[in-house]
This record gives sequence, C-alpha cells and structure tokens, in this order.
Amino acid sequence: MPRHGKLLLGGAITALFLLTALIAPFWTPAAPTRIAIAERLKPPLVAGLLGTDQLGRDVLSQLMAGATNSLSIAIASVLLGAAVGTAIGLLAATRRGVVDELLMRAMDVVFAFPPIVSAMMLAAALGTGRMTAIAAIATFMVPVFSRLTRSAARRILTHDYVLAARAAGKGSRRIALEHVLPNIAGDIVVQATIQLGLAILTEAGLSFLGLGLAPPAPSWGRMLADSVTYIGAAPWLAIAPGVTIAFSVLGLNLLGDALSDLVDPRRRQGR
Amino acid sequence: MSGPIGRGIRHVISRSLAVLAICASATLLGLPAAQAAKDNVVIGMGIEPAGLDPTVAAPAAIGQITWQNVFEGLTRINEDGKVEPQLATDWTISDDGRTYTFHLTSGVSFHNGVAFDSSTAKFTLDRARGENSTNPQKQFFSVIDSIETPDPSTLVLKLSKPAGNLLYWLGWPASVMVEPSSANTDKTAPVGTGPFKLGEWRQGDRLTLVRNDAYWNADDKPALSSATFRFISDPQAQAAAVKNGDVDAFPEFGAPELFQAFEGDPDLKTAVGNTELKVVAGMNLRKPPFNDARVRQALMMGIDRRMVIDGAWSGYGQPIGSHYTPNDPGYVDTTGVHPYDPARAKALLAEAGYGSGLSFSIKTPQMTYATRSAEILQALLAEVGVTLNIVPTEFPATWIDQVFQKHDFDMTIVAHAEPMDISIYARDNYYFGYANPDFKSTIAQAEATTDETERLSLYGKAQTMLAEDVPALYLFVMPKLGVWNAKLSGLWTNEPIPSNDLTDVRWQD
Repeated sequence: MPRHGKLLLGGAITALFLLTALIAPFWTPAAPTRIAIAERLKPPLVAGLLGTDQLGRDVLSQLMAGATNSLSIAIASVLLGAAVGTAIGLLAATRRGVVDELLMRAMDVVFAFPPIVSAMMLAAALGTGRMTAIAAIATFMVPVFSRLTRSAARRILTHDYVLAARAAGKGSRRIALEHVLPNIAGDIVVQATIQLGLAILTEAGLSFLGLGLAPPAPSWGRMLADSVTYIGAAPWLAIAPGVTIAFSVLGLNLLGDALSDLVDPRRRQGR
Repeated sequence: MSGPIGRGIRHVISRSLAVLAICASATLLGLPAAQAAKDNVVIGMGIEPAGLDPTVAAPAAIGQITWQNVFEGLTRINEDGKVEPQLATDWTISDDGRTYTFHLTSGVSFHNGVAFDSSTAKFTLDRARGENSTNPQKQFFSVIDSIETPDPSTLVLKLSKPAGNLLYWLGWPASVMVEPSSANTDKTAPVGTGPFKLGEWRQGDRLTLVRNDAYWNADDKPALSSATFRFISDPQAQAAAVKNGDVDAFPEFGAPELFQAFEGDPDLKTAVGNTELKVVAGMNLRKPPFNDARVRQALMMGIDRRMVIDGAWSGYGQPIGSHYTPNDPGYVDTTGVHPYDPARAKALLAEAGYGSGLSFSIKTPQMTYATRSAEILQALLAEVGVTLNIVPTEFPATWIDQVFQKHDFDMTIVAHAEPMDISIYARDNYYFGYANPDFKSTIAQAEATTDETERLSLYGKAQTMLAEDVPALYLFVMPKLGVWNAKLSGLWTNEPIPSNDLTDVRWQD
C-alpha cells in the first residue's frame, strides 16, 4: 500500500473513532444502558441500526459509548506509560553505568510478563475498574517507551551539538530536556500511536475477562464476552463489537505505520 | 497419467461395492439388531466431580453420578421431594420423637459382596457424625445421641432432641450407606448397594457405570446395562453434543439462551423443571438502610421478577417469594406478598426517609446468572430512585471472605443450592444478619415436630414471615433445563435433590 494510502485510511478510521468517542457522551441513538426486556435480541434494522442485546439495549448506542470508554482508557494509559517510560529511558541514557543497567534490567522483568497476566495480577491486587485498567495497561507500556527513548537518546547524545552544550556547562538534565527530548519526540509519538491500538485491544481483553469496567458502563470487550453464548441465536451481538475492535486497531496501526515511514529517514530514503 | 486414473477408477468401484455390501448387510442383519432395544445411555454433565464419595465432600456433581445409582440410603427422596423407604423397609418413631427404630431390608449386599446389616448402618452413621468426619451435612447427624443394633436387621437411633426432618435427611446423598472395608477408597472406587457399579473413570472425559447384576431389589432392576457420563463444560459444545447425538441426554443443560433451539425438535424431548437453586439478593441487615423493613419491602416491590427471569435466564425459571422452591414439601406461593409496584415502592422509600434517593452497592459474583440479574436489578431499582453500584466480586474465594465471613457488603446476589435450607435465616450471625426470634422459634418447632402436617404448616408460616420481612430479595428458582433423545424415558424433570436416578431410565421403540 502506498504511504499516502496508509496514512489516509488509517487517519480516516482513527478520526471516525475519535469523533464517535467525542459525540457519544452527548448523543447516541438510544440511551446505551437502557434495559428493555420486551425488545431483547432483536436483529439489526428490526430494532435500531445494529439490533439489541440480551437485555434489549441498543447495540449501536453501546458501541458508541464503548468507544468513549475504550479510547479514554487507551489514551490515558498510553500517556501514562509514555511519560514514565520516557523519563526512565532518558535517565538511563544520560546516567549510563549502574543506573542504566539496573533500570533496563528492571524493564526486562516488566516486559517478560504478558500484558494480560500482569493486568490480572494488578486487578487481583487493586480490584477491578477504570483506574486498575489504566494502571495495568500503562505498566506494560513503560518498558516499550523506555527502551525506545534510551536507544534514541544515546544516538543523540553523541552528536556534536550535545558535546558543545556540555562544554558550555549544561547539566545532564538540561541536555536531556532541551536537546534530546525534542529530537526524539517524533519517535515517541509514532510509538504511542501504535501502542494505542494495542491498548484498545488489551482493554477489550481485560473487559472480556471481567477485569475491566464494571457494568453497566458499556465496553467492547464485555459486549463480546456477553455475546458468546448467543452466537448461534444472535450473531450480530458478537460481530458488531468484534468488527469494531478490529477496525479501530487496524486504523491506529496503519496510522502508526505511515507516521513511522515519515519519521524514519532510512525508510523514507527507501521509497 | 493412466496409472493414477486407473487407480482412481478401481478405487471408486471398490468403494461402491463396499457401500453396496454394507447396505445389504444392513437390510439382512441390521434390522434385528435395531429391534433389540438399546440398553446403554450417554449422559452429559457440565461439571466433573473431583471424587465420587458423597459422604465426604459437598459438590452436587458427586450425587448426580452416584446417588441412587451406586449408593443408596436408609431412605430415599423421590421426584416429588417425598421420603420413601429404601434400605430401611419401615420404621417406628417413639411418641417423644426421640427414638427411631428402623427395620432394615434383608438380602442386601455391597458391590464387593459384603452384606448390609445394622452394623454397617451404624458404621456409616458413626463415620458421618464422628469427630474427623468431613461429611458435608455433618449437622444432620449431630442430633443422634446413640446408635443401637439389637439384631442385624434392626437399627435404633436415640436422639438428643426431636428432629422432624431426620427421615428426609437420611435420604440425602450425604447419608448413603457405605461399608468399613471400602469406605476409605470410595472417593475413587465407590462401593455401594446400588443397581450400578463403577466401570471406568477416565478423568476429564467420561465415567461409565455398569449394571450390578446382583442387585438386591428384584422389582427394580434397571433396564440399562451401562450408562456413561460425559463431562462437557462449554455450553456451545454441550449444545453441539446434544444436536449430533454424542450424548443421549443433558439433564441439566448449561445455557438457557441455547436451550430454545431444542424446543420443537421432534428428535428431542425438552423438560423444564425446578432445581433447588434459589437466586436471592441478600442484604446486610446489620446496617442502615437495610435494618429498616420498609426499605427492604420497597426494594422488593421495585423488582419485576418476571423481567429478571426473562433478561437473566431467557424466561426459564419460576419466581419465588421466599427462600423455598416449588419442589419442596409444604411450598406456599408468596410472590404476591410484595408484588411489583414501583409507585408503592417509591412511597414506602419516602416514608422511610429516602424520598430523595438511595445509593448502595451489590457485590456480584462472576457467574452469568448473577451478573445479568444484577444489571436488571440496577435498571429496575433506578426507576424507584435507587442507585445500585455493581461491584464484581470473585466467587468463591473473595465472596466467601468479604461477604460470607466479614459481612462487608450492602447487597449481594447468589444462588443458594441446598434443598430445604430455609433454616439458614434462623442461624446466628449468618451473612444476612437476620435476627427474628419469632422466625427462630418457628423453625425450631418445625424441626422438632414429627407430625408431617404440622411441620409443613410451620414451614408455610416461616415462608410467609420471610416474604413479609424480606431479609433478602427473593428472585427466582433456577430451572432444570433437561433435554434428551425423544425415545428415552425415565429421567427426572424436577430436581428436588441433585441427582440423575437411572433406575427407571429406558429406551422406548
């Protein structure tokens, strides 16, 4: 796929989801949590655009409200993970030596746990809910960002202008913040975009396992979990959130990929 | 090129011949074979028990395999929930209700040849009430003061106080008869007096019982020569196994939303009965607002039980008004005591001082029935100005710790599985925190009297008291969703006690 195609498609899908997430708190076709038992399990177009679920709730409205929850958790956890991870990476790159070694081995330990497993441990310790989900997802984002930051920062630190700044008497912290960070910001943003997709997927996974948002707050993962036993009788209940999750992750990955092509000079030259 | 084609043609010819041969032999030999009645059955179960001795562990799945099939008791409970004689042919009860004299059935022997007599019965009961007993219903036997065996066919139980339910308790899976030489290995190699004995147990997959040809009861010899229990936990796989005939029966099908697809299938028979599982939303009566009966009554009137059943369990299940199921002897329909009436619920809440609203949490286990019911309660109570916050609580560990032991909860929701357990409301400091001296004395009287009519009327009174006092929101009885091959007969529709009695199960033409 040509670079602009990726950028456009990924951008369009992402924009659509962002827009939906922004609109949903103010308007949905029906109240997403309104239960109407008489209207249960109605197929798409018979009741609402995407039908109703086992409690008679409008599926489209739930998907829209779910987008708000899903994206807000994903964005919060990626921001948190990126902030902590970047700080650790910068510290490791500028301090070198024992500090570097300790921090990076600690990151290896965190990275060794599969995200869902570490999320389950956190959920067991802190109980379930929005904050737990954010903390759990952010936890496994941290090593990704710290490694990225460290390697990019070490590259920048060898440049002559950094040496000049150091010769001029600037301390490590100022160098890191004033010279290194602005130069690696592009890499971090690209990584964040890709991680956003992963965060959405993990949040859906946690909710699927009952470790995410508490009901009745709509969540794509829980919609999927609820639909499992109805898959024969009411397939739309599984298809709607499944397709939504797949598309939102696809959009973010395409966007991230296209952005990284733009940022990475080697890939740019290759085209 | 000709090689493969030639082989292909030969292959086709030989295959056609084989098919012809099979058809021919089927017409010649198959018909008589089909006419000989099938005498084995494959029964599906959702849960596999860890052991097979119902006298040492609680899981209902143990009784669902072994009770009445492998093991028998002094008495048994029939499909209507009534007590019948079994290894005791008859009995007399002294006027003070403290001495039970049982006359035991003669000619009974265990699968290993050991004869059943009063000494084995004494051994069984002593084992169940002994200090080291892990019997799940140990409290049943605590009223027994001493056991006498005047002769091999007579057993005398002396009680410390009258116990009107003793004969019923003796019919439970936990009270079945075992004998000394095999009692310790019954967990893996059960030896009972029943019409079936253990064939093979392939853990994680299936368990086969084979007919006990030396069965003592000549009038009640089973028609089946063997029965296989297959363990399938996933509801989708359960449905597939029923549809394609991998199992002949699923007496307790797991997913109501998939059950509808069986109804109307001419090859299958569906039977919706009652279990003993009472879904109740218990409240913590130790603290406000739940210490005010008006609040509890208002919450009860804010709930449309039918809607809960429709939404949570696809419309299968029967509404209940107290902690008692229609299976249980002496059932009184109390669903009309506090019927769904949101306007009255609101008025009552206002009267109790919560006119401006009320907010509390419901600790909800992860089981489907609980989470779905809680979501509907949340929606229904919102209509009367009550905000219900659902707090997912892992069952059993976290729930037992927080709710059952530490009483750290506002409301919770769980299905109570034990038959006839209305007396839990008379226990001191049970998790509801219900303390009603009148109720306590009613239960005590009911448990003491040996007069059946009087006892049942006292249980009726107890049910009405609960329905009026609402220590818990009584929602519904979980249905027993049975589905089996239309030619199979003899399986129970209702489940007054967790069981799969195979004695009368047979294939019909």
